[in-house]
Amino acid sequence: MSRLPMFPEALRQFLKKPATNLFPARYLPKSITGFLGKVAAGEATINPPVAVPKNFRGKIAYDRDACIGCKLCIRVCPAHAIEFIPETKTVRIFVTQCIFCSQCNDACPVSCLHMSDEFMVADADRYSENLIVE
Amino acid sequence: MASKPTYNIPIGPIHPALKEPILFTFDIQGEVIKGVDFAPGKTHRGIEWMGMRRNPVQIAHLCDRICGICGVSHTLAFSRAIEQIAEIEVPERAHYVRSIIAEFERIQSHLLWAGVAAHELGFDTLFHLAWRVREEAMDVIEYLTGNRVNYGIVQVGGVRRDFTDDQFPRIYQALETYEGLVGKLVTLFLEDTTIKLRCMNCGVLSERDALELCTVGPTARASGLAIDVRADAPYAAYGDIDVKPILPDVYADAIKGDVYDRIVVRLFEVVDSVRIIRDLMDQMPTGPVLWETKYAKILATCKKAEGEAIGRVEAPRGECFHYVRMNRSETPEAWKVKASTYSNQMSWLKILMGEQIADIPIIVASIDPCMSCTDRVSVIRDGRQGVMTGDDLHHLSVEKTRRMQE
Repeated sequence: MSRLPMFPEALRQFLKKPATNLFPARYLPKSITGFLGKVAAGEATINPPVAVPKNFRGKIAYDRDACIGCKLCIRVCPAHAIEFIPETKTVRIFVTQCIFCSQCNDACPVSCLHMSDEFMVADADRYSENLIVE
Repeated sequence: MASKPTYNIPIGPIHPALKEPILFTFDIQGEVIKGVDFAPGKTHRGIEWMGMRRNPVQIAHLCDRICGICGVSHTLAFSRAIEQIAEIEVPERAHYVRSIIAEFERIQSHLLWAGVAAHELGFDTLFHLAWRVREEAMDVIEYLTGNRVNYGIVQVGGVRRDFTDDQFPRIYQALETYEGLVGKLVTLFLEDTTIKLRCMNCGVLSERDALELCTVGPTARASGLAIDVRADAPYAAYGDIDVKPILPDVYADAIKGDVYDRIVVRLFEVVDSVRIIRDLMDQMPTGPVLWETKYAKILATCKKAEGEAIGRVEAPRGECFHYVRMNRSETPEAWKVKASTYSNQMSWLKILMGEQIADIPIIVASIDPCMSCTDRVSVIRDGRQGVMTGDDLHHLSVEKTRRMQE
């Protein structure tokens, strides 16, 4: 006798809610970029993403006034994403290069670097204003 | 009857049945595989080259990215090697944090594999269910480390994040979920007629072949070899608890070494990992989790280090091996990564022989290959990819000695 234990399980799954979060829209729009443009213009609302955990490592945030220019973050950055600006004795962080390890946050002696909750940082231009933190 | 002609069928380097780039060449007679050859090196990324230009603190995060699934095994193996060279003593609690994350990683990796195996059999309903179940482990890892895939929690000298008391209920909740699901998963995978038909007596690797081909991890254990780095050479907190290699006889009566046995081993390792995490949580000591919180001091200690060491870790796919040599400089003098697939891939030649074309995807997937972890060398000259034979390497070695003598 053949046994198909998946069959009753699949029937049971029919009655359950989908496990996936429908993001960014409940129904697939014709163009995702067009839809996100509409969201930016306030014409449509985004279906919220799954909440990030408390210590999530998102796009880096930098407090340039607190920075003392010790360059320790540059020495520990695995991706070589941080550049020193000698004129102002501060740093410039390239988010496209960043691997979100937050090692620079741990190493910074004055805690001027932090990880934000922001994770939607995709862009067609890798040097866009949004992707360079200084 | 005249003998059937032999056809030559290439599969790969990019093929829907293969999850990662690798080129297989099969000699086929009718439906039966008469000869197998494969050529790895299609997804070489130069990780070691990058590592030789970085300091150990940076390499720890590079290691996270060697494999997309084993986010902690490679880093743990590398850190263990550096800690031995620099004589850094890792705090007790850090060992426990490392082991707990490593076990959650094993759960998610084995469930991922179980899903992929179901998909290769054409059983997509089970594939989606396995991946749905896997999310629980991913969620806990995200909750504990901050990210789902690249955890970034292990650092030379300990771990970067401690578990707080308010995080423990979430871990227990996940363990209870898996304890409740185990019976269902075993029924769905192991009692299903389709899976039994396709996997039993398919891709058989005998115990002797497994030993002679130096296979590791679940592939070796499914053939009856009781090897497990966690039990044989305990690292992190595994010395404090009871770890035994899981063999297929926990479920079946006899050990055959077929694809079905590999499913059995991986599913029951998930069960065992849940038990190990519980044991670790019960015994978890208090104290610091990082040997030194000042990064300048970690960097200085690594820079002063001199010597060589190996780090061995039981990754979900088998033994993961890192060799590091430091010579009083910022960067390592040598760094060699041997992923578990490197040891397991030669078993393909044995287990594919005599099987049918339709079984290729599941047999190839049954050792849980991870090509991007494995590919360390790729020889490309004048735009053409070649293979270095033993003689070629010997010739190169002699040439280099002559050059150095001049």
